[in-house]
Amino acid sequence: MIAPPKPELVTVNIDGREIAVPKGTNVIEAARLVGVDVPHYCYHPKLTVVGNCRMCLIEMGMPAVDPATKTPIIDPATGKQKINWIPRPQIGCGTNASPGLHIRTTSPLVKDCREGVMEFLLINHPLDCPICDQAGECKLQEQATGYGRGYSRFVEQKNVKPKRTLLGPRVMLDDERCVLCSRCIRFSKEIAHDDVLGFIDRGSHSTLTCYPGKKLENNYSLNTVDICPVGALTSTDFRFKMRVWFLKQTNSIDAESSVGANTVVWSREGAIYRITPRRNDDVNDTWMADTGRVLYKQVRADNRLAAVKVGGNDSGLDIAVNTAAELFKAGGVVVVGSGRSSVEEQFLTKKLAAALKASTHLVSRVGEGDKLLVSADRNPNVRGALVTGLIAALPAAGDVAAPSASAIRIGGLAALAADIDSGKVKTVVSIGEDLAEAGLTAAQLAKVAIVYLGTHANATSAAARVVFPTLTIFEKSGTFVNQQFRIQKFLKAVPGPTGLPDDLVVLAKLASAAGSSVPSEINALWKLIAAEIPALGTMTFANLPETGLLLDATPWSGLPFVEGETLHYKPAKAAQLVVGS
Amino acid sequence: MAVIPVSRKPLTFAERTYIPQILGGLRITFARMIKPAETMEYPEQRPEIPKNYRGVPTLVKDPNGREKCVSCQLCEFVCPPKAIRITPGEIAPDSPTAHVEKAPQAFDIDMLRCIYCGLCQEVCPEEAIFLQNQYSMTGLTRAEMVNHKDRLYELGGTLPDQHHKWDKKKAAEEHGSAAH
Ligand code: SF4
Ligand code: SF4
Ligand code: SF4
Ligand code: FES
Repeated sequence: MIAPPKPELVTVNIDGREIAVPKGTNVIEAARLVGVDVPHYCYHPKLTVVGNCRMCLIEMGMPAVDPATKTPIIDPATGKQKINWIPRPQIGCGTNASPGLHIRTTSPLVKDCREGVMEFLLINHPLDCPICDQAGECKLQEQATGYGRGYSRFVEQKNVKPKRTLLGPRVMLDDERCVLCSRCIRFSKEIAHDDVLGFIDRGSHSTLTCYPGKKLENNYSLNTVDICPVGALTSTDFRFKMRVWFLKQTNSIDAESSVGANTVVWSREGAIYRITPRRNDDVNDTWMADTGRVLYKQVRADNRLAAVKVGGNDSGLDIAVNTAAELFKAGGVVVVGSGRSSVEEQFLTKKLAAALKASTHLVSRVGEGDKLLVSADRNPNVRGALVTGLIAALPAAGDVAAPSASAIRIGGLAALAADIDSGKVKTVVSIGEDLAEAGLTAAQLAKVAIVYLGTHANATSAAARVVFPTLTIFEKSGTFVNQQFRIQKFLKAVPGPTGLPDDLVVLAKLASAAGSSVPSEINALWKLIAAEIPALGTMTFANLPETGLLLDATPWSGLPFVEGETLHYKPAKAAQLVVGS
Repeated sequence: MAVIPVSRKPLTFAERTYIPQILGGLRITFARMIKPAETMEYPEQRPEIPKNYRGVPTLVKDPNGREKCVSCQLCEFVCPPKAIRITPGEIAPDSPTAHVEKAPQAFDIDMLRCIYCGLCQEVCPEEAIFLQNQYSMTGLTRAEMVNHKDRLYELGGTLPDQHHKWDKKKAAEEHGSAAH
């Protein structure tokens, strides 16, 4: 790899403190580096700068030089180079770091500016905080605390604007609360590439709206709700459900595809209320797809498996493990692993398969990539199966004909189907995969004994001899390896259904029933993983950084991965050929 | 510790007859019989509650019968013993108060937890919750000691305030400065 060129560093002075930043750094970001907060509404680090809210006004100056001789002018009072301050305030977001730039953010002028901007913003703002979903994470509330005057000098009647406009199926607009920062417009245009939003009318009657005949309904529409600095855009799913100050934040990973967008799961007392993106500049910037935000609904789905079952009747964990052990003794066992299991589970699956001398299969899930944050591979962790050695080659793509472009083709079990038909297989252990969905027929399922570990009831759990209910990604901790071979961790946000053991415990029990004893506690397990898998040799679960760790992908660089290009990911050449063919 | 012997004073003759003591006692008894009573026949009689007394927290309606609480959950947040539980909800779009948008679906105050601190009343931005003069709460089970929304409104009644904040808002929405 060619190292990126070292950025040229320039020294800027912010409130009297010098800091070296790459040339061209936005002043708001530079100030953040020295711990100075420049209040802002329209500026967003991942969008273009428009400078229309004026909240970020600062004082700016440059070192003085003699125009004729270009020599520095020294201030006799201080003995240092004189600073020529621009007499009027400048917007911070529209200023880039240049050598010797001086910034003042605490002067009386700057305070006056902020108070003035706040007063104008609040002139027509409704007194909605008690019924506003943004309350508690509202930038307007925050800045009003610092720079608001606490009472209004505006005696005229406030503006009236539409208060409950549906911009699309998932986004609701309250125009009175809008501060006209245009972040949502820029997001739709620049990131989602779905230019549907714009302002109409002038002055204080300016109103955000969709273009005639258009709707904000792309799969990234909820990002506009995240970046709206006020409560103008709200999510119809989260609307009026819970105040944000009650919610606990847990870092997680979006499991809908191999992009592995970083997320935060917001929960209160064991119930999840929403999922939002978490910034990771190497993976998803500050965005995520709408489809990934509703995945939490599976946690409380009606068809959730809640009890261990043997032969269709409720049973106990140990009885079920013993029943499975007996099936194992009869031989002819095949293990179907999953690209939706965590790295830890895949490692234990491999241990189980090795102890049983069973062959392993992986179910493939291939859909259409959207070139942004949903990739073609809808399994979040196929790379993990490669890294742990659960599989050596990629599973074959499903041959179930795609009825529509957005459908996901599930498959990869053709070899297993043939083996079942020829009678070689007696028992199939499925780790969270619905075998019927992956292409096995009911007759094939009936021909073998099935040990099923899964979260929800389906055809496989109905046909299974032994069923172990497992946890969703929100109820356990683990790691995924995304398409960039970046290993990232997700943490347990809510407790699982009462009485269910952790998935690692079930897998460890099965492995020990098969004759291989492995730890089931995640930190202890990682000691073993690090010892056995060279690619993960330096890691422990605890020291994995929040933004993940890039693994060396060279051992697998020749494999025909299905992903096309997405944000921060370019497929290798070999893969492109296969996708194109 | 040193022992101090205390000698007992011998009783006088009058004391030994008990008569002066009995008469003294009867004097107090008869004097009380003609003085106005200082106690009260509780629970048949109830004391007058001083203004600003902090009794059982209740929810109030405005003079038009609209429930004032908008389920902002600030009282739930501020309540030190976590006595309040609110399930927020959306007001149906065909309701006459649809412009208020939000109202509690459920509102429970556990009176076994409440410490009558009055912080909920102080924090409420809608003047919807008040500690009024109801001071005695009894029940035979824990569940009975939880006041649900209906009971809270029954206890609270109507607050005769004249803000009509939301009515003004609705009027503005209908006729206000929309012309441009
Ligand atoms: S946008 Fe912010 S300031 Fe405006 S009503 Fe909502 S919470 Fe309050
Ligand atoms: S009076 Fe105090 S303890 Fe009782 S409900 Fe209100 S805030 Fe809670
Ligand atoms: S603070 Fe007032 S408006 Fe808010 S939930 Fe409590 S009673 Fe309702
Ligand atoms: S953040 Fe600079 S003008 Fe809005």
